[in-house]
Amino acid sequence: MNSIEYFKERFEQWQPDAGHNGFGAIRQEAFNAFSKLGIPTSKNEEWKYTRVAGLFNKDYQFTPDPQPASVTAADVNRLRLPGYEEANELVFVNGFFSFALSVIRSSDLTVLALEEAAKNDFRELVAKQFGDSNKYIKDGIHALNTAFVHGGVFVHIKKDQVLEHPVYVYNITDARSANILAQPRSLIHINENAQVQLVETYITLGANQSFTNQVMEVTVEKDARLEYYKIQNDGDHTNQVSTTHIRQTGKSNVHTVTVSLNGGLVRNNLNLILDAKFCEAHLYGLYFQTGNSHIDNHTIVDNIKPNCLSNELYKGIMSDQSTGVFNGKIFVRPQAQKTNAYQSNKNVLLSDTTSVNAKPQLEIFADDVKCTHGCTVGKLNEEGLFYLQSRGIPEKTARTLLLRAYSADILEHIKPAPIRSYVERLIFERLESDIS
Amino acid sequence: MLSIQDLHAGIEGKKILNGINLDIKPGEVHAIMGPNGSGKSTLANVLAGRTDYEVSRGTVEFLGKDLLDLAPEKRAGEGLFLAFQYPVEIPGLNTINFIKTAVNEVRKYRGLEPLDAVSFLKLMKEKMALMNIEQSLLSRSLNEGFSGGEKKRNEVFQMAMLEPKLAILDETDSGLDIDAIRIVSNGVNKLRNKDNAVLVVTHYQRLLDYIVPDFVHVLYNGRIVKSGTKELALELEERGYDFIKNETSAVEAV
Amino acid sequence: MKTELYPSKRNDAEDELRTIEETVFSDYKYGFVTDIEADEAPRGLNEEVIRFISAKKKEPEWMLEWRLKAYSYWLTMKEPGWANVKYPRIDYQDIIYYSAPKQKINPKNLDEIDPELRKTFEKLGISLDEQKRLSGVAVDAVIDSVSIGTSFKGQLAELGIIFCSMSEAIREHPDLVKEHLSSVVPITDNYFAALNAAVFSDGSFCYIPKGVRCPMELSTYFRINAENTGQFERTLIIAEAGSYVSYLEGCTAPMRDENQLHAAVVELIAMENAEIKYSTVQNWYPGDKKGVGGVYNFVTKRGICKGDHAKISWTQVETGSAITWKYPSVILKGDYSTGEFYSVAVTNNYQQADTGTKMMHLGKNTKSRIVSKGISAGFSNNSYRGLVHVGKNARNARNFSQCDSLLLGDKCGAHTFPYIEVRNNSAVVEHEATTSKIGEDQIFYCNQRGIPTETAVALIINGFAKEVMNHLPMEFAIEAQKLLAISLEGSVG
Repeated sequence: MNSIEYFKERFEQWQPDAGHNGFGAIRQEAFNAFSKLGIPTSKNEEWKYTRVAGLFNKDYQFTPDPQPASVTAADVNRLRLPGYEEANELVFVNGFFSFALSVIRSSDLTVLALEEAAKNDFRELVAKQFGDSNKYIKDGIHALNTAFVHGGVFVHIKKDQVLEHPVYVYNITDARSANILAQPRSLIHINENAQVQLVETYITLGANQSFTNQVMEVTVEKDARLEYYKIQNDGDHTNQVSTTHIRQTGKSNVHTVTVSLNGGLVRNNLNLILDAKFCEAHLYGLYFQTGNSHIDNHTIVDNIKPNCLSNELYKGIMSDQSTGVFNGKIFVRPQAQKTNAYQSNKNVLLSDTTSVNAKPQLEIFADDVKCTHGCTVGKLNEEGLFYLQSRGIPEKTARTLLLRAYSADILEHIKPAPIRSYVERLIFERLESDIS
Repeated sequence: MLSIQDLHAGIEGKKILNGINLDIKPGEVHAIMGPNGSGKSTLANVLAGRTDYEVSRGTVEFLGKDLLDLAPEKRAGEGLFLAFQYPVEIPGLNTINFIKTAVNEVRKYRGLEPLDAVSFLKLMKEKMALMNIEQSLLSRSLNEGFSGGEKKRNEVFQMAMLEPKLAILDETDSGLDIDAIRIVSNGVNKLRNKDNAVLVVTHYQRLLDYIVPDFVHVLYNGRIVKSGTKELALELEERGYDFIKNETSAVEAV
Repeated sequence: MKTELYPSKRNDAEDELRTIEETVFSDYKYGFVTDIEADEAPRGLNEEVIRFISAKKKEPEWMLEWRLKAYSYWLTMKEPGWANVKYPRIDYQDIIYYSAPKQKINPKNLDEIDPELRKTFEKLGISLDEQKRLSGVAVDAVIDSVSIGTSFKGQLAELGIIFCSMSEAIREHPDLVKEHLSSVVPITDNYFAALNAAVFSDGSFCYIPKGVRCPMELSTYFRINAENTGQFERTLIIAEAGSYVSYLEGCTAPMRDENQLHAAVVELIAMENAEIKYSTVQNWYPGDKKGVGGVYNFVTKRGICKGDHAKISWTQVETGSAITWKYPSVILKGDYSTGEFYSVAVTNNYQQADTGTKMMHLGKNTKSRIVSKGISAGFSNNSYRGLVHVGKNARNARNFSQCDSLLLGDKCGAHTFPYIEVRNNSAVVEHEATTSKIGEDQIFYCNQRGIPTETAVALIINGFAKEVMNHLPMEFAIEAQKLLAISLEGSVG
């Protein structure tokens, strides 16, 4: 299919705002941008090493409106993440938020349809915060999500409330009968002095192709605290572009861990906008790729105000024919004096057929700053391996031990215990089976 | 030599020194003691001319000149030396090169010809022997990767090279073990003569066993609340700073 | 007062400091214009102009064809826009592409050079007079577009070393030129390289025969003099198996309100076991304090380690130019070959620099090392852009990169854009970068020891840049240090 034509047809036939109108103009503007920009090619600097254009030539079914539920509670039951008994669970199916399948346990958590929130009490918040990511990501894929925004969700955590139940977000794509393009959208507002743990994951049902083009925008207010965990372990036939955009509007603390274990092509955009004095942000990532999978982590840390601290550590283990991209940008704006920004990207290549492209960037416009970045690409620590072997540990066990130790640096930052042990188990199992 | 009158100073709007009066004459050793936060380091930094500190009131006269009117490098030229509590690291700047620049800048200020390479080397060797400092340390980047003891020895070595009229030692003992304190103090004692003076700023009495003061002043809440001889330091050591605090609050209550 | 460009004594701390002091308060001192009659091409660019240049240089037909091919390719290209620099559109029809000083006689030897020209070089601190040289440096001097003389030619010829102007090489050594010219930087490589191929008018040519260690530094001094001219020189250095050469390049230009374009190409070829060390002190006119005028320095420099165990090392001190766009690169084709890049780039006022390197690891056990030090002051922007590429067959390739930025003032920017591409798992690639400022506590510490702020800054800067300066031939090191101080004059305090 010629993608622009296909989406154009969909867009023109679509009447989403019968009854109410919140996003009409925004959609049109985004669609115009999409028509102009198209699907990015490797000529676009931000997509130099990640080829998505080809994926869009596949025949995906895309419906701008929610379809009758094809996913049942029983389906969801099989995919739930450990610890769900104590969690709030938000479920998207093919890009549309499903109230029926979601479970809200905390009274301090407000969950509304995005259109609903835009009309009522949260009108001003939505108007102000929706589309904030457009300032940072200017490509056709991102515009495509906004062009068809519909069926998204608005989540609000009340002032001064510490959510004792984490919020799990399942992005389910039902590809049992066709190739599916899903475009989930969410807007999350963490009010003053509130705290929340968000855990997000992606599941494709069925053997057909899926493409998830997700955008989540989060606002973190003064004294609030957000922990955000993204767990990606979907099938080889699944692809995704997942954008998480977080603006810290008051002195606050954000802690993110992105774990990417599988998926055909995974592109993560993680933006941290430090828009108040004394903000703190920690970004951790672990990617462990096998087969022909492709992982691309693009992160932006934008220091706008003075005295902020950011710390970023992404580690990769690459094997087979997998390919990896790390692109980390740190901006320090002219007013952002006394910024402390650290970034480090480490890659271990286990096979000779894998490749890694890294581009750690610093763009600094203030003088009283301390910024460092580092990047390494290389083999597993040979000396360490030899040392363990010389103590009588067989090579395979020694490798597993070293790689577990290597991953532990990141995994220890996953605070909800059930999620941490779940991810540890996935990695351990992979090490046991794959690395021989 | 140094005369401080009613000195008030602070940082970022916070008042720290609330009227210091102090006179130091050539040949004397004064010690300023006081609990943490009493303003000891502030006093040292204000005298050396650190711009972060604002002087709101009072005068400081040094060798007949208005000290507060002079830029930090001019104060150094006049003969004031501060041994830093935390000597600054400057990566890539060779220590000898740094000291040579300093010596010749100070000489220039005093209207003396700069030392040529040979005489500088001679002077350096002489002071190195005096200070028990080895060449390898001086060949490294300024203070970079130096241990605490090495940094403090380097400070005293610089003092020897610059031959100041008044040396201020800002908590030179902090973080040092007893051997290191002995080495550093020996260095200072060798430099003492009837024409120069030393102001020792310290929290503990221990350093004063080695650099014996003629006068001891106790600083509290930005003021000298008690002055005496070296016995005062021993008394403080024995009774702790609380007795000063109590006495002071008693006085203030009256 | 005349400053010696290549003092014979090295780097004594005292000299170092005195020169810093001397120069800290001076302005761009190379900004004089020499009143020399020039022989110029008509303004603008077309085939006729290229034919004019080629005819002026009495070039063979193949050379003209090569130029015309480059020109027609250039016409199909677009000026690149990816660098982190901003400048108004260049009107390529408003540039004079050829300007040669009109000499009374064609010099048979250096003594016959026009006295005005000789004076120019003396003002720059370069003596073309072989007897007066203190240290053994052979100089090829290029003014505007043309080489005006090369010293020590005879002595070098005895060893079989060819060191002459590019035009002479085309006439006298056509086979060597034909074989190697554009073999490293193809005429189609990029916009400015294509433009250079079409219009270049001179440059230096060096050929070091097998097994010969060149006994002296070879040096080219470039100067733009005439108004509205572009300078497009082309340098080619060939080091045969087992040979060694160290080459120095220096550049200045008069102060002019309009921008001048400099688009040079440098190609280095190192055969088996050969080593080329290429050092640049770039001091083109940077424009005034408000950013008016200055040279646009768009340069393509690339070397290839063709044989095993070959080594190419680039060292650059970039203080001049309004805009610098330059990535001296090494293609590591031979096994066990080594590429190095040492750079100090200083930007002040409204200068912009986008500079770095590419290390292309193709052969096995190849090694590269990148040390880049950027210093930004005033309203300037300074970017490091580098690529480390490790190909599939580059087993056991090693790279280490260190990119440090130092900021002076809060209106300038420092940017780091490293690209790392690794295609096999036996490679080890490490990149580190830091950005910091000259701390107030560092300045205060120096002040307390009696050192005034300007001197303290110069000391700290030289410390910051030392690792790179140490790689400069000693003749250049002091000059380079002085330049750093001049460039940063008035930026602190």
